Amino acid sequence: MSTATSGTEEMAVRDVINQALGEEMERDERVYIQGIDVNGRGGTSNILKGLDERFGDERVRNTPISEVSIVGSALGAAATGMRPVVEIMYCGFLGVAGDQLLNQVAKMRYMFGGKLDLPLTIRTKNVMGANAAAQHSQALHHWLAAIPGLKVVCTSTPADTKGLLKAAVRSNDPVMVFEHGGVYNRKGEVPTEDYVYEIGEAAVERPGEDVTVVATQNQLWNAFEAADRVDDVSVEVVSPRTISPLDTETIAESARKTGRCVVVDDTPLSYGTQSQFATTIYENAFFDLDFPVQRIGVNDVPTPFSPSLEDEVIPDTDDIADAIRKLA
Amino acid sequence: MSPADEAKREIPADERIEMLRTMRRIREFESVVQNKFADAEIPGFLHLYIGQEAIATGVCHALEEKDYLTSTHRGHGHCIARGLDTDRMAAELYGKETGYCNGKGGSMHIADVEAGMLGANGIVAGGIPIATGAALSAKMRDTDEVAVSFFGDGALSEGAFHESFNQAAIWELPLIGVIENNQYGEMTGLDEQHPPSTLDDLTIYGEPYGVHRERIDGMDVEEVYRTAMEAVERARNGGGPTLIECVAYRFEGHHEGDSQFYRPEGELDEWKQRDPLLTYPEKLVDEGVITEAEYVDMEEGIETEIQEAIEFARESPLPDPEQAYEGLYAEGGEGA
Ligand SMILES: Cc1ncc(C[n+]2csc(CCOP(=O)(O)OP(=O)(O)O)c2C)c(N)n1
Ligand SMILES: [Mg+2]
Repeated sequence: MSTATSGTEEMAVRDVINQALGEEMERDERVYIQGIDVNGRGGTSNILKGLDERFGDERVRNTPISEVSIVGSALGAAATGMRPVVEIMYCGFLGVAGDQLLNQVAKMRYMFGGKLDLPLTIRTKNVMGANAAAQHSQALHHWLAAIPGLKVVCTSTPADTKGLLKAAVRSNDPVMVFEHGGVYNRKGEVPTEDYVYEIGEAAVERPGEDVTVVATQNQLWNAFEAADRVDDVSVEVVSPRTISPLDTETIAESARKTGRCVVVDDTPLSYGTQSQFATTIYENAFFDLDFPVQRIGVNDVPTPFSPSLEDEVIPDTDDIADAIRKLA
Repeated sequence: MSPADEAKREIPADERIEMLRTMRRIREFESVVQNKFADAEIPGFLHLYIGQEAIATGVCHALEEKDYLTSTHRGHGHCIARGLDTDRMAAELYGKETGYCNGKGGSMHIADVEAGMLGANGIVAGGIPIATGAALSAKMRDTDEVAVSFFGDGALSEGAFHESFNQAAIWELPLIGVIENNQYGEMTGLDEQHPPSTLDDLTIYGEPYGVHRERIDGMDVEEVYRTAMEAVERARNGGGPTLIECVAYRFEGHHEGDSQFYRPEGELDEWKQRDPLLTYPEKLVDEGVITEAEYVDMEEGIETEIQEAIEFARESPLPDPEQAYEGLYAEGGEGA
């Protein structure tokens, strides 16, 4: 955090997003929003409500249903003096914008010899556990994080949402901000002052001694719950906050201290972020480990619709608590 | 006389009654699941087809069993018009093992590939390339099958629409695109999604591809049927793709839970006067095709059918959790 604390205020994640974007739009008139139904409806989760009235239709722009151009035109605007904040309603729709993300956004600066700034923020949301079926129920931050040239953050708490979203908007690089539908109504204390969380910095959300749990978004909240539940074990909960570039040192330091690690995330186990977290631990804390790292995630299937099936595939507090007990 | 000419002349009474029945079944299914969704019996999202029944009905009645279709997030009407069973549809909405997708898909993904129904789709315009592929396959396999893709006015803004119609036009594929212009894409009106030059005729998007184009009243099931018959006939005979715009209106929210803040006052009421489920029964009664008593009987039968479908869904088991890991890849075959 870049400034000392002043007061705090209890806020829900959804309200933090609205407030942070409003503040950034006040602060810099080059910042504008574009996406489907952002004006009027306030975006797919109604989070942006009121920004249209405050900043006008020019700066809160409804697009056609055209993800290629929603992302691509924002990239072009970012390359030429604007600071767009794009909303992609559900992360699955990033697939439609695939080329722009993979070949344009991620590579433009590097291919051109590092000669231009691309202050582009792409907000989207992971959704899991809402019975929304496979196309609308996905977590895809690992997919984008696998592309060099994209910075990827995952917001989880009200405080980190403010710090990370503001950092993304102020960054001169493209930043993918993955929100999570399951945490929008989570509340927590948020410093009232203006601040940014450095992109690339993880945080120890809860200090502990016996077992490290590295967790993102909804799973971070499940990890808190699991930590409370296994009260005979001292659990350290680490939030990576940024997925790429990953803060290996904060994660490794915790692993060296506890020697026992659980990593949990909503992505698939194969090639999901769990693998990157675990590798970081093996490479940097190998000789301090007492047990193999326990990976928890989706067992390599798309998310099924039916509640009985979806509950089966998505990790929950029980899974985390069980893994902690297994190690402790 | 070709079937198309025949259709132009006169639609037989039993066909007209069938179309009325199909529309009424869609309306009943949608109204009932709307209530069950409000009662939290149905999980997930629900996009209702109420108001647009004439489109799916007219088009699907022009198809034969061998033909294909792709649908959208608003897909229940297409499924029913295609002949899918309402009990297995309801079971899918309830996430039950007996549903069309064994509970894996839900409302937005009902499919019955054996019936040529290549799926509802949660991705706007996602079905258009798939229908194009079915049309290609029909041609390569040297059949006279055709493929229909239903999609909304909003889907015209996606590259997938343009890429598919360009390709279908070059290859002269038996593809029929049905634009369901219900005046909105989600909460945004047409005029914010398309330039003024297109608003009087959205099929203009097909003009540069040189495909056949028709703009019709999507509240008039017979006009839809006749237009679809012509397009199907043409496609079957190697005449290439057609793009049909059906002008209609969505009577319910974009999805259940939508506050509908964006509707101008009076707009809904005005369109409701053209409700195909008011006008068509009236027309058929007036013309002596069906008596009022027969229509009441039909309605009662349909109410019973849908009640039974809901009961079937309710009583069916949820899938066993282990089934989550089944059905991802083919079993057997070479090289696997
Ligand atoms: C690629 C993609 N972008 C956005 C969405 C979100 N979305 C779902 S339905 C819809 C509106 C579609 O409008 P239209 O094609 O006119 O169909 P209608 O809902 O009016 O039937 C949108 C934007 C989506 N499902 N897929
Ligand atoms: Mg529409």
